[in-house]
Amino acid sequence: MASTTAPASTIFRRPKQTSGWMSWLTTVDHKKIGIMYGYSAFFFFILGGLEALILRLQLAGPNGTVLDANEYNAMFTMHGTTMIFLFVMPVGAAFFNYMMPLMIGARDVAFPRMNALSFWIFIFGGIFLYSSFLFGTTGPPAGGNLPGGATDASWLGSTINGGWFMYQPNAGPRFSTGTVLDFGAIGLQILGLASLISAVNFIATIFNMRAKGMKLLRMPVFVWMTLVVAFLLLFSLPIIAVALFMVTFDRQLGTLFFDTFQGGDAILWQHLFWLFGHPEVYILILPAMGIVSETLPVFSRKPLFGYPAVVFAGAAIGFLGFGVWAHHMFASGITPVAQAAFGLATMTIAVPTGIKIFNWMGTMWMGKIKFTTPMLFSLGFVALFVIGGLSGVTHSIVPADWQQTDTYYIVAHFHYVLFGGAIFGIFAGLYYWFPKLTGRMLSERLGKLHFWLMFVGMNLTFGPMHWLGLQGMVRRTWKYPEEYNFGTWNMVVTVGAYTIALSILVFMINWVRSKRRGAESGMDPWDARTIEWSIPNPTPEWNFGVNPEVQALDDWWHRKYDEDDEGRPVRKAEADATIAQFHDQGVNPPAPIHLPSPSYFPFLAGSAFLAIGYGVIYHTKGWGLPLLAFGVILLLSSMIGWSLEPIEEEHEEVHA
Amino acid sequence: MSDIAHDEHLHESTGIETRKLAMWIFLSSEFMFFGALISNYLLFKGRVGYPEPYPSEMFDIPFTSVSSFVLLMSSLTMVLADHAIHRDDQRATRTWIVATALLGMVFLSGQAFEFTEFVLHDPPMKISTNPAASAFFTLTGFHGMHVLIGVIMLLTLAGTSFRKGRLSTATGLNLESVALYWHFVDIIWIVIFTVVYLIK
Amino acid sequence: MRSRSRRRSVTFALLTSLPLLLGSCIEGSPLDSLDPQGPAARRIDELGTPVFWIAGVILAIVLGGLAFAMIRYRDRGQADPRQIHGNAKLEVLWTAIPIILLAGLAVPTVQAIFDLTECEADAMEVDVIGHQWWFEYRYPEEGITTANVMVIPAGKQVCLNMTSDDVLHNYWIPKLNGKRYLVPGQQTLLTLEADQPGEYWGQCGEFCGLSHALMRARVRAVDQTDYEAWVARMQQPATLPADGTPAAAGLAEFNGICSTCHVIEGVNQLDKPVGPNLTHFADPYRNVFAGASLERTAEHIAEWLADPPTIKPGSFMPNLNLTSDEIDALVAFLQGLDPTKGN
Ligand code: HEA
Ligand code: HEA
Ligand code: HEC
Ligand code: CUA
Ligand SMILES: [Cu+2]
Repeated sequence: MASTTAPASTIFRRPKQTSGWMSWLTTVDHKKIGIMYGYSAFFFFILGGLEALILRLQLAGPNGTVLDANEYNAMFTMHGTTMIFLFVMPVGAAFFNYMMPLMIGARDVAFPRMNALSFWIFIFGGIFLYSSFLFGTTGPPAGGNLPGGATDASWLGSTINGGWFMYQPNAGPRFSTGTVLDFGAIGLQILGLASLISAVNFIATIFNMRAKGMKLLRMPVFVWMTLVVAFLLLFSLPIIAVALFMVTFDRQLGTLFFDTFQGGDAILWQHLFWLFGHPEVYILILPAMGIVSETLPVFSRKPLFGYPAVVFAGAAIGFLGFGVWAHHMFASGITPVAQAAFGLATMTIAVPTGIKIFNWMGTMWMGKIKFTTPMLFSLGFVALFVIGGLSGVTHSIVPADWQQTDTYYIVAHFHYVLFGGAIFGIFAGLYYWFPKLTGRMLSERLGKLHFWLMFVGMNLTFGPMHWLGLQGMVRRTWKYPEEYNFGTWNMVVTVGAYTIALSILVFMINWVRSKRRGAESGMDPWDARTIEWSIPNPTPEWNFGVNPEVQALDDWWHRKYDEDDEGRPVRKAEADATIAQFHDQGVNPPAPIHLPSPSYFPFLAGSAFLAIGYGVIYHTKGWGLPLLAFGVILLLSSMIGWSLEPIEEEHEEVHA
Repeated sequence: MSDIAHDEHLHESTGIETRKLAMWIFLSSEFMFFGALISNYLLFKGRVGYPEPYPSEMFDIPFTSVSSFVLLMSSLTMVLADHAIHRDDQRATRTWIVATALLGMVFLSGQAFEFTEFVLHDPPMKISTNPAASAFFTLTGFHGMHVLIGVIMLLTLAGTSFRKGRLSTATGLNLESVALYWHFVDIIWIVIFTVVYLIK
Repeated sequence: MRSRSRRRSVTFALLTSLPLLLGSCIEGSPLDSLDPQGPAARRIDELGTPVFWIAGVILAIVLGGLAFAMIRYRDRGQADPRQIHGNAKLEVLWTAIPIILLAGLAVPTVQAIFDLTECEADAMEVDVIGHQWWFEYRYPEEGITTANVMVIPAGKQVCLNMTSDDVLHNYWIPKLNGKRYLVPGQQTLLTLEADQPGEYWGQCGEFCGLSHALMRARVRAVDQTDYEAWVARMQQPATLPADGTPAAAGLAEFNGICSTCHVIEGVNQLDKPVGPNLTHFADPYRNVFAGASLERTAEHIAEWLADPPTIKPGSFMPNLNLTSDEIDALVAFLQGLDPTKGN
């Protein structure tokens, strides 16, 4: 892999900017890409949250009048879709991007430009999805033999509205004649492509770019979870891609896959969707599990209890996750044998998950627990995730699920695992690694306020949903009558939702203030264990001044601590010197470092998908096909331009 | 299509060249993609009561055997190209790449011809005739798209080899990973040919 | 410092379990799935309740352990802890215990699945057809077609053969049984049995478009004699108004406009009616209409006829621009379609 430098390439001159907006547009630095992922995901979190807040207003009391049926359906669909595909997944990608290379001691990911491409495809996919608010149309179902069913939707109501899993045939061409579900299907397709590319990239990175001595079983658990998630993406995304192609073709080309009037199969969609959809939920939770597996040891000042078991359990969850999809279909009339098989398979997932939970508790046991904000969020994660996990197990009792399915009891389950789990984990990670991004600390005072507001708000919001569901409140219903007696608790839920929103505001204030004025963090503010803390904060552009060599699990800790006879850590005499030395190396790399050069092509190729998406939707209009052709040509030419572009310019030495 | 944050010090932990590794990873995903499409076809092909014709009644096995053979041969030329570049024989490499691309195009023309036949048949079999036909066209159409992308990559490689006189390893696109891709697409076709065309 | 973090941990544990405790004191809803009134629902409840308890105990153990660790092992300035990397015995223990527990849950679960997915041999049959946004019921042996309210004999198992005319729906009468989808192009099966006569409320579970929320269901269980009387009167043609009454004007309206979509036996025939069968629209048991979302009162019917889509968004019954006179006549006519009244 000697660098055979080729002459400066074709078409454009390579971008050179290292600051300003152009540098962000053309960057291939995993850290900048991670940050961009993070901010855009957070932006979508706010949008998805606002949608939830609006729909909570409608549900606050019986017979709500805030939204009409169209708007309500649009709101819950966009809320679910946004939170899952535009928030939790990309925020996972943000962490993977920023942290994973640092944690394995790499200079960047394996394919930096492909990494940028993933990001831009995600951005344009998100823009595309959200543009349905502007351009989408809803139409009357054409299923009846009559022109009924037409209702004019306001702009708020004319966006994707088939539910996040778009069950067929309701979301097919017959019953949803407008364009909104084309935006949905094609938008998800684009987003899926982004994740697929990054999955390939992350796997290649973890397989091939580890620092010397970083054996697989010396990788931090977070890296392991990145790997498992990437594999889950790799194997589940092609399935949703096929399903989305099928529905797009049904809608655009007249195929009949899901047209039950002409021999299509409505249940096939469910199999395909959940064959993706269930692994997807582990895609959402495993990053958070990785994060707390990093924070709990640090703030208990003990190594992770049962590291191999935690890693293995994570892999087992991923593996089993492919065998349980039909637990979303217990009521859809599949055979009793299938129901029994999938019910049992679902129960088995409790075992590896339990292993994780108990090992985390084992980590804290006999430790020395520091209640910092990241630790509080990690503890919140464990507590709330267990609630959600246990309600998940009650769904796996198949006959019980016949009562529970499609009610708010399910909504409660998945918000406990998603909000209590994924989101608490994510916030733990943000508080924990903020110094890596900025060299400053987030305020602990505001952080704790944020935590408590969110913790209380979360339980107020999603706790009562359990019994609302068991009392018969069906999900996706835009209003409920007085007689159902749901009013009181729904009001509590709504109050809870606004409490969460308040907590998010506190967080935003904290973030903005601390970024500018937070306390300086120094290099290793938490006295942490893993090698991302062996470099200065904020992370230098080149990550490691000297390529690290790893001798043990928790390598950084072992550079600072020995163990006495009792097994208690004793800080080495030279610990401070070590830190200073690493800091120095990080700031002033002793040898020149090559970094991959920025490129225009990822942005261009990503933007092509916007043209392709609209082109497909509007192909019957005069300008549709030309737009599609333009998109394809733009994509192809940027790919070709890219593949001819050398990886790095001659001697672009960042530091000498 | 690929590039590497490369640095002399960073070894490849697995010992496999990273671009090739990535191609393997990507192909395992493609495997699921075609798996889903094939199962899809198998699900619909046996259902009774659809409007005629079913895809299975339309196949011209001798014709498709020939075009399958052409695709199979293209794997051979691909191997030859791979060998040639290892010998550092630029001319032979270029020749075999172009040959592979040409064979791929012959296969594609065969497919285009086959589709046209189906659509012009009386009664026609179109993508909207019945779900089995939908599944057939979707499956084989996606396979064709994959061949087409392969052809484009091969031609780009060939183009590079003319322009710079040699196939550089510094650019993102490299022969070995394209070869992997090409063989994969070929193997998938063998599966499709057997499962869809030959097994009744 | 010390007491603060202790207090914090206690609040933490309390706050986590508080909502669950409060849960036990909600008032009953007509859709309460924890209040079984028939054998199937009871079987499910008997299976589910212990699971809730087991889950509760596991939760208590985990949260208790967590709280204990937080209090006992909080940083009080003690020496750094021993660096324990794991413990194989514990590892086996907390793998094995859940496996055993789950195996214990699996057995009754599988039994219940098989018991609850088939009909008894002597069960009565009703066909359920889902429409956007109302349920249609057909009694194949009795030759009855009705909508919104399913009348069944109490104490007898009813076997529902279900399908859908358009999209997926999900039939749910919480007090009698769990849910089952209605799938277009396929048949699904569900049983219903009520211990006692009574009115059981239901709701379509699966998102089925604009008025999914208003796609509700009623089951009225009656004793055997009442059931037979109901069948007998349902098998009669409609009770038609005498000439010259306001209702007779309604009948004329019906023949003019409504008969393209609705069937009234003894008045008109349709191959594939789009709307509910109105033959015995005013039968005392059929006390709700429009997808069981409205009480069948004169005011509600009038509101409905004035503009169905404002009441049920997207309704396939269009606004027919009826005048208030026409509406009055139709209301009188519809309210007269009561087989118990006779003529
Ligand atoms: C982060 C996402 C996430 C996670 C992690 C999970 C985890 C689990 N989920 Fe959940 N689930 C969703 C997200 C998630 N789910 C979503 C979004 C939906 C709804 C989709 C929709 O319809 O819109 C859903 C729906 C859903 C259903 C379908 C319900 C229905 O629609 O009818 C079922 C059914 O079995 C289910 C089960 C489970 C189980 C068994 C787990 C297990 O993995 C949980 C395991 C964890 C524990 C069990 C707790 C810890 C373990 C111990 C302390 C050990 C001891 C425990 C025992 C012995 C029991 N989930
Ligand atoms: C990670 C995923 C995730 C997250 C975080 C959430 C968060 C929330 N969700 Fe969830 N939800 C889903 C995933 C998620 N949801 C999914 C998948 C569905 C199923 C969809 C479907 O059925 O198709 C669903 C469905 C769903 C429903 C059911 C709708 C129905 O079935 O009819 C409800 C109802 O209350 C709800 C409520 C909430 C609330 C109140 C929050 C709150 O936590 C939100 C908190 C609020 C904010 C985060 C906003 C912060 C805003 C500010 C601070 C204001 C700042 C203002 C400016 C900057 C101008 N959600
Ligand atoms: C274009 C078709 C169409 C026409 C014309 C039509 N209806 Fe309807 N009607 C429907 C449909 C569809 C429903 C079911 C709506 C729902 O519940 O969502 C319905 C429901 C009803 C109901 C409620 C029935 C029940 O038990 O739920 C009544 C009453 C009714 N229509 C009366 C009338 C009258 C009176 C007229 C004529 C003035 C009329 N309809 C004309 C289609 C039609
Ligand atoms: Cu029918 Cu919801
Ligand atoms: Cu699942």
